[in-house]
Amino acid sequence: MRLKLEKRQEPSMAMLIATPILAVVATMFIGMIVFDFLGIDGFRAVIDIFLTPLLASYKWQDVAVKAAPLIIIALGLSVGNRAQVWNIGAEGQYIIGALAAAGVGIAFGPVGGFFVILLMIIAGMIGGSAWAAVPAVLRTRFNVNEILSSLMLTYVAAQVLSYMVGGPWKDPNGRNFPATAPLTEAQSLPIVVPGTTIHLGVLIALILPFVFWLVMSRAVFGYQVRVVGSSPQAARHGGFDSRRTIISTLMIGGAMAGLAGALEFTGALKAINLGFPSGYGFSAIIVSFLGRLHPIGCLIAGIVLAVTYVGGQVAQTTVHIPNATAGIFQAMMLFLILASDILIRYRVRFVPSAKPQAVAGE
Amino acid sequence: MEPSSLPPRLELTGITKRFPGGLANDHVGFAVRPGEIHALLGENGAGKSTLVKMIYGIMQPDAGEIAWNGQRVTIQNPKAARRLGIGMVFQHFSLFEAMTVLENIALGMDANIPARALEAKILQVMGQYGLKLDPHRIVSTLSVGERQRIEIVRALLLNPKLLIMDEPTSVLTPQEVEQLFVVLRQLAAEGCSILYISHKLHEIKALCDTATILRGGKLVDTCDPKVETSRSMAEKMIGGSLKDIQRSADRGFGPAKLLVKGLSLTPPGAFAVALRDISFAVRAGEIFGIAGVAGNGQNSLLLALSGEEVAPDHGAVVVNGDAVGGLAAKERRLKGMASVPEERNGHAAVPTFSLTDNAVLTARDRLGMVRAGLIDARAARTYAGEVIEAFSVKATGPGAAAESLSGGNLQKYIMGREILQKPQVLVVSQPTWGVDAGAAAAIHQALVDLAATGSAIVVISQDLDELLSLCDTLAVINEGRLSAPMKVADARIEEIGLLMGGIHGEGGSTHAA
Repeated sequence: MRLKLEKRQEPSMAMLIATPILAVVATMFIGMIVFDFLGIDGFRAVIDIFLTPLLASYKWQDVAVKAAPLIIIALGLSVGNRAQVWNIGAEGQYIIGALAAAGVGIAFGPVGGFFVILLMIIAGMIGGSAWAAVPAVLRTRFNVNEILSSLMLTYVAAQVLSYMVGGPWKDPNGRNFPATAPLTEAQSLPIVVPGTTIHLGVLIALILPFVFWLVMSRAVFGYQVRVVGSSPQAARHGGFDSRRTIISTLMIGGAMAGLAGALEFTGALKAINLGFPSGYGFSAIIVSFLGRLHPIGCLIAGIVLAVTYVGGQVAQTTVHIPNATAGIFQAMMLFLILASDILIRYRVRFVPSAKPQAVAGE
Repeated sequence: MEPSSLPPRLELTGITKRFPGGLANDHVGFAVRPGEIHALLGENGAGKSTLVKMIYGIMQPDAGEIAWNGQRVTIQNPKAARRLGIGMVFQHFSLFEAMTVLENIALGMDANIPARALEAKILQVMGQYGLKLDPHRIVSTLSVGERQRIEIVRALLLNPKLLIMDEPTSVLTPQEVEQLFVVLRQLAAEGCSILYISHKLHEIKALCDTATILRGGKLVDTCDPKVETSRSMAEKMIGGSLKDIQRSADRGFGPAKLLVKGLSLTPPGAFAVALRDISFAVRAGEIFGIAGVAGNGQNSLLLALSGEEVAPDHGAVVVNGDAVGGLAAKERRLKGMASVPEERNGHAAVPTFSLTDNAVLTARDRLGMVRAGLIDARAARTYAGEVIEAFSVKATGPGAAAESLSGGNLQKYIMGREILQKPQVLVVSQPTWGVDAGAAAAIHQALVDLAATGSAIVVISQDLDELLSLCDTLAVINEGRLSAPMKVADARIEEIGLLMGGIHGEGGSTHAA
């Protein structure tokens, strides 16, 4: 018997949905085995990372707050990915978004309220998309690969952050720590579930997937993005401008990352310090693919990734494994989801091994 | 040809090949004698390519036997096929544009021969068969006919006993076809068998000794093409009677619907051909043919007319009295200009999209499928259904992915998508490229019917027979220039052939490398 890959007549819808689930389950199994070999209770570690955050109700708010930026960033990235635009720099756009929001907040001094917060959020979106506009222009003008340019700009953004919080925006009452002054209540996002840390950003992260779903599946813009991603020449034939599509998808990705940054700043962290870039921009790439570039998929995948973040912290105390373990699990998920993609277009069959045959001319 | 006591050069028995979609070859068997020119005929999807791939060792049959000079063999790969003495000239050449003829040939050789010895051998082979080609020319400066000669020389260097030619004449001018036939006849006279794949029946009548006809993977007949008529062979190929184009005898032309005036354009891309000062007019009800050898600006012309490339001069293209030269594809469509590019998958249609979604690609604005920025999916589905119905497209329904359709059916769908929008002007490139005879007849009829309603039609094609049977007026494109139009009724093949050859034909060596 041997394995044979056979091309399917049509891509399998069932596999499209099943493979992400498969990837998560396989990640749990492989993780369990690897940890056992390392002499750690693998079963316990996997349970803590993947299930405890879901079973313990007091962890739900942590999951929600962590899922929000992941979902929002992944939504934007998915739009670009559908157009075959690979924005790896969401982390940088997230940082710039938060800084832009902070800038507006500082400019208003003690003044707060609805309009100031709204302005801060809008500034965050503008900041993020402006940061993404750089790779967009480089790609469409000079054919510079956006994967490299957007990633490199992430490190520039981190330097900008480091300069701002250590210099001009340093909290005068902060004992010389490089951090902005904590936001006042008037400039913070409202809490939507009283008695928890669940802020307005979580609600936004719950609503946005449905907006994106409508746009991507029904609007001409969503169609345009899909055509440009599938075949640029057909897009041209259909009267769509690929350059403009590339620019707009990158800027939407940037705006969403910037929005996430602004919401995280005004809703959860309230201050920006050197630890602000926590990798949401990178993890959102995993969310985007785990969610099959579908807005609702991103919603679900964002929650899954958030669970591993929270679970990683749980496992840190229970089985004493480093917090970075969660990152290993996330990476493994991305790897497995990409690997299992082949099952959508091909089916695996067991066939009897062919009998050896004579070779001509030898 | 005297019957010989020798075993057949190649004998196939009960060859069967199964693909996930069904049987590509179903118990096919025939024999090729030494020195015989044997035609392999069939519509697209009849299983010709699969069969040839098994003979050349690219694929293995699931069942059946291949015998070579009476010996049963298994041909594991193309290298093994070449060792047996089987050579093949593919329809699509595998040449490096930036390298010389000699370098290209050296790269394709299994054995490592020193450049000087190889050059001597090449010159000897070319001299023997009267093939003219400078081994030091860079491939990108050669015409398609000359490029094919490289592939032929490459195959002949191995002293083949069987030469497989896959649709060799589809890219040649009539004169180049004649030259090719001289070479093939000489080869056959020397005892080399030739398996000649084509769907051009008059060529097969002129060249071949025997014809094997396939339909739907099965062998239909092995016959003598000299005795058969083109029509009888075509009907065996499609398994039904062939429909002639129906058109009314007293057709008149209305005012000019498409005017092209001094159109010059250099599309981006290293291998794009610039258009130079192209002018022509197409009247209402007229079908205007543009003949030419591939790569002489046909693609650029289609892009310039469809609006995928915008002309520098707004007045260079006029549709129905409106200058549209400066408008992009979307706006030109609203003015009544529709187009069908040569490449179906990835240009005229998105392969992974459903037929419904592909309807949206070009019909959304003209047919009002967009309301407030949202696509009316129901309108698109209804329209896709109408196209499927009106053009008898074989598909599981509007939800079928474009790539799941056969080439002919997808082409019918794309043509239907444009024609049912009732365009004022329709520009099509290679409307029946790789399309079976039945579908081709349906497409031709649809074009004639559209013209009868008063639309102006431009057909760009490399198939001269198609243009002569379909068009009212004909012009030839060569190196981005368009000849003066001529009435098809008065056109002489020789003259068209010379125009197609341009400075690229014989004597093209003045063209510096």
